[in-house]
Amino acid sequence: MATGSARKGLLVATLSTLVVAALVAYSVGSSPAWPEVQKAFFDGRYFSTSLPAVAEAFTINIRLFIIAELLILPIGLLIALARSITAPALAPLRIFATIYVDFFRGVPSILIIYVLGFGVPALQLDGIPKEPFFWALVTLVLIYSAYVSEVYRAGIESIHPSQERAARALGLTRIQALRYVVIPQAFRRVIPPLLNDFIGLQKDTALVSILGVVETFKQAQILKAASFNFTPLMTTALIFLVITIPMTRLVDRLAAKDRNAQLGGTR
Amino acid sequence: MAAPRRTPAIEIKGLKKRYGGRLVLDGINLSLAEHEVVCLIGASGSGKSTLLRCADLLEPIDGGSIHLDGTRVAFEDRNVDETRRRLGIVFQGFNLFPHLTVQENVALAPHVALGLTQRAAERRARDLLKSLGLGEKAREYPDKLSGGQQQRVAIARALATEPKVLLLDEITSALDPVLVAEVLETLRTLAESGMTMLIATHEMAFAADVADRVCFLEGGRLVEEGSPKRIFGSPRDPRTKEFLRRVRSVSGGRRAPGR
Repeated sequence: MATGSARKGLLVATLSTLVVAALVAYSVGSSPAWPEVQKAFFDGRYFSTSLPAVAEAFTINIRLFIIAELLILPIGLLIALARSITAPALAPLRIFATIYVDFFRGVPSILIIYVLGFGVPALQLDGIPKEPFFWALVTLVLIYSAYVSEVYRAGIESIHPSQERAARALGLTRIQALRYVVIPQAFRRVIPPLLNDFIGLQKDTALVSILGVVETFKQAQILKAASFNFTPLMTTALIFLVITIPMTRLVDRLAAKDRNAQLGGTR
Repeated sequence: MAAPRRTPAIEIKGLKKRYGGRLVLDGINLSLAEHEVVCLIGASGSGKSTLLRCADLLEPIDGGSIHLDGTRVAFEDRNVDETRRRLGIVFQGFNLFPHLTVQENVALAPHVALGLTQRAAERRARDLLKSLGLGEKAREYPDKLSGGQQQRVAIARALATEPKVLLLDEITSALDPVLVAEVLETLRTLAESGMTMLIATHEMAFAADVADRVCFLEGGRLVEEGSPKRIFGSPRDPRTKEFLRRVRSVSGGRRAPGR
């Protein structure tokens, strides 16, 4: 009975989707300029010639976001902890962390990338690296650590104070209470939002193309400039989707699991 | 009980505590000899819980002093964490750590706070759980246990640092009546084994049965104290009389507990 109605629901959903898709395809396809747009953006020939180079350049993006993420996870946590410090003597640390987060969350990423990526190497200080990849990494880590620290902080604050009180009552220090009781529980709760930020980071690796790092978007732009055809950019978009869509589904599933656990497991 | 004049296990002198402008504890004097069991009774809001939290050094106090084995201790002490290991407290709401198994809950403080090896801490946890009849639950997560079992795990956890004094804050108030008995039974066993305990409770029959001394609190003051027999049998202060009269009318005119 339930499967019967489920099957019927699926049928209706499929049909209505097909109808809408057909309508969209028809209205786009019937536009007088469509053939030219199709040639400029969706040319199969340019797709297959651009794919190897664009995919190869994507390994730079992968390297960038994996190294960045490995740095962001601990740095974000440290900033979150710095902001939750209550000891008066350490107030400067808390104030600094707050300013840091406000600044890097408040300024558009592309501006930060410009200023740090071009400005700091221009100081020509000894021992400061000049490679664009290095500065791309630094800017992404700085920006996303600010976002991720807020995710951690929300997680830490979502753990009821009675948990920390119970730990302190057992004679644990504040640090031990955070380390063994609060953070493990908080971390579990923030895995879905952390993955969300991770997806954002993957996409934002394209922003550092302005520094001259030949990652996938820059590579696509080079091919576009050489051929006067936009298809290589579509190739890049497709590669990003191949990576981010499975991640998005994973986040959805984890979030749903979390909800179920919270509904069913609180007895 | 007329214990020989020895240093009290815990002594509270002239304790004052304010929340906002309100004085919730107004000069409490209370001391427990070793192996003594004292029950705190009184209406909700009379200051019982606050008194226990202050005694456990979980909150700063606004006047008076607290002494453990004759040494003055305070919330502001640099080594306050060490002091807390010599005190155990059990809360009304259990407050078990949901991400740890029962055994890990109990072993955490011995391992992390006392510095026992993981293995020694686990052994201590297992032994404690076994002695409280929870040996089979060691590998479960707290949310799989009944309220009574959870509260007994919380007692085991509080005992795991081998405290000198155990403070219990209305630990049966959040339980179904059926589950209250098993928790009280655990406390009775602890009392018989000589544990020094300060128990805030609404269970008058239990207080009468287990306590060496009963203290009645009202409005942040210790109004009257004495043996259970005297407090329940012939209270002197009109406020104590009124409180006990109301408690009895609620519990269906059951006869006053007395020894």
